Amino acid sequence: MIISIASGKGGTGKTTVATNLALSIEGDVQLLDCDVEEPNAHLFIKPAFDEKITVYTPVPVVDETKCNRCGACAEICQFKAIVVIAETVLTFEQLCHSCGGCMAVCPEKAITETGRELGIIEKGSAYGIELVHGKLRIGEAMAPPLIRKVREYTKPSGVTIIDAPPGTSCPVVTSMKGADFVVLVTEPTPFGLHDLMLAVGAVRILGIPFGLVINRADMGNQAVTDYARREKIEVLMEIPFDRHIAEAYSRGDLLIHAMPQWKEAFRGLYERIKKLT
Amino acid sequence: MKEIVIISGKGGTGKTSLVAAFAGLAKRAVLCDADVDASDLHLILAPEIIRSTDFQGGRKAVIMNDLCTGCGTCRDMCRFSAISESYEVDPLQCEGCGVCVHFCPVKAIEFPIMTCGQWYESRTRMGPMIHARLGIAEENSGRLVSLVRKEAKELAGKTGRDLIITDGPPGVGCPVIASIGGASAVLVVTEPTVAGIHDMQRVVSLAGHFRVPVMVAINKHDLNLGQSAEIEDFCKESGLPVVGRIPFDPVFTMAMIHEKTVIEYDPDSPGALATREVWEALEGFQGN
Repeated sequence: MIISIASGKGGTGKTTVATNLALSIEGDVQLLDCDVEEPNAHLFIKPAFDEKITVYTPVPVVDETKCNRCGACAEICQFKAIVVIAETVLTFEQLCHSCGGCMAVCPEKAITETGRELGIIEKGSAYGIELVHGKLRIGEAMAPPLIRKVREYTKPSGVTIIDAPPGTSCPVVTSMKGADFVVLVTEPTPFGLHDLMLAVGAVRILGIPFGLVINRADMGNQAVTDYARREKIEVLMEIPFDRHIAEAYSRGDLLIHAMPQWKEAFRGLYERIKKLT
Repeated sequence: MKEIVIISGKGGTGKTSLVAAFAGLAKRAVLCDADVDASDLHLILAPEIIRSTDFQGGRKAVIMNDLCTGCGTCRDMCRFSAISESYEVDPLQCEGCGVCVHFCPVKAIEFPIMTCGQWYESRTRMGPMIHARLGIAEENSGRLVSLVRKEAKELAGKTGRDLIITDGPPGVGCPVIASIGGASAVLVVTEPTVAGIHDMQRVVSLAGHFRVPVMVAINKHDLNLGQSAEIEDFCKESGLPVVGRIPFDPVFTMAMIHEKTVIEYDPDSPGALATREVWEALEGFQGN
């Protein structure tokens, strides 16, 4: 079973829910941190990484000796990543989406591919779970291809928890697509509600069953709860604001370790999710 | 003309609450919400939209089933697994590269430009504002960010304002890169948590990569004084000015609920006073 933890708004507690949920489930559990722009799960799980790979995406290289400057490559490229200027062909590899169009269309077979580094993937384990995360190279714009690579680590059996990035655009969709259930983590504030509504829109487009976790549940207003009731969205769990919880988080301590009574609540969350999928 | 972009790496550190407060303190600025994916600034500034324009993003492939012979060329050539066995294009998977369109032997694939959001020119009680809304589950957020920043600059020129305050998105990827390129300076808002520090360091190196000067403000400063000291040490070593230490103060949540900036809601609260100090430091910062 794949459970994706997403939110719309950043900083609502996705990583808190993903890490504590992963450690509260019995059996074969894996956590994929797909927030490749800012992966944080490892700061709480603290695994020893025993595998590290660099991930590349294909980008074109032009053999100028074969190229006849016909311009077919520039014409097919939708991303302005390859242009013909006077007697030379320029490639802008950071703009390339790796579609392979230029290479396929070139009549002189003058284009081959090399790799642009997207980032790294690291894998390790701690507390009996496996953690895999991607780390986008600083300066790299495109997160979705790296997220797809992280998701290739999904085990065929057991439970896979995905920590998704914030927002509602392509990186989030890439992190939720194909999940069996999505947990949306929000906070009861106007920003929390607004971004939650966008996230709900995204999950509904994907047609995945979902429920809510309301974090800092007593620090705001009733609007999120009212919205959930109106939209018939189940509130799966509420975490109150508690300075002890905030301080444990600030140190990188897991909630279930700082306050072990929470383990039961996260087990309950998992049981509830199982019933809803 | 100066543009200050507020970013954070980690989400939820308080970017938008601070931008809204700065908007009120700045008087003669143009406001720009570059967090087009999950924009929130309008929830405080209550903009009155003067002009709304469609944002044309990329194209998407659409197979015309009456013409399709099912030869399989498109499916073989698509690197994004966007075409199903029954020859339907999944718009969420389609990258808009046009490879299938070009190579379809019977020209059965259309390639329309998609409207994937809107951008707005608005009036607010704090001054003119440019903001946008990317459609849910859409791509091309970087292009929309570049567009709103360009429009904000034009509006500043037209209205004789010499400062743009831009609310940036979280992360370090495409929309963030589009938000900071060519800015006068960025303010990185962080918090004294292990995640806040980790993410701040990544976004600081991103700003360095694009040669944009960085200032740092520590929000919820007193939540963990040890971690705050670590942020100060990192900034000292990296030569970054720490321009603010904002205490943890529920006034930010209260102000948000009342759709006010923290300065409007309670100007004498510790949160508001510390925010004012950050603004004064920003105003004095030269930058690019």
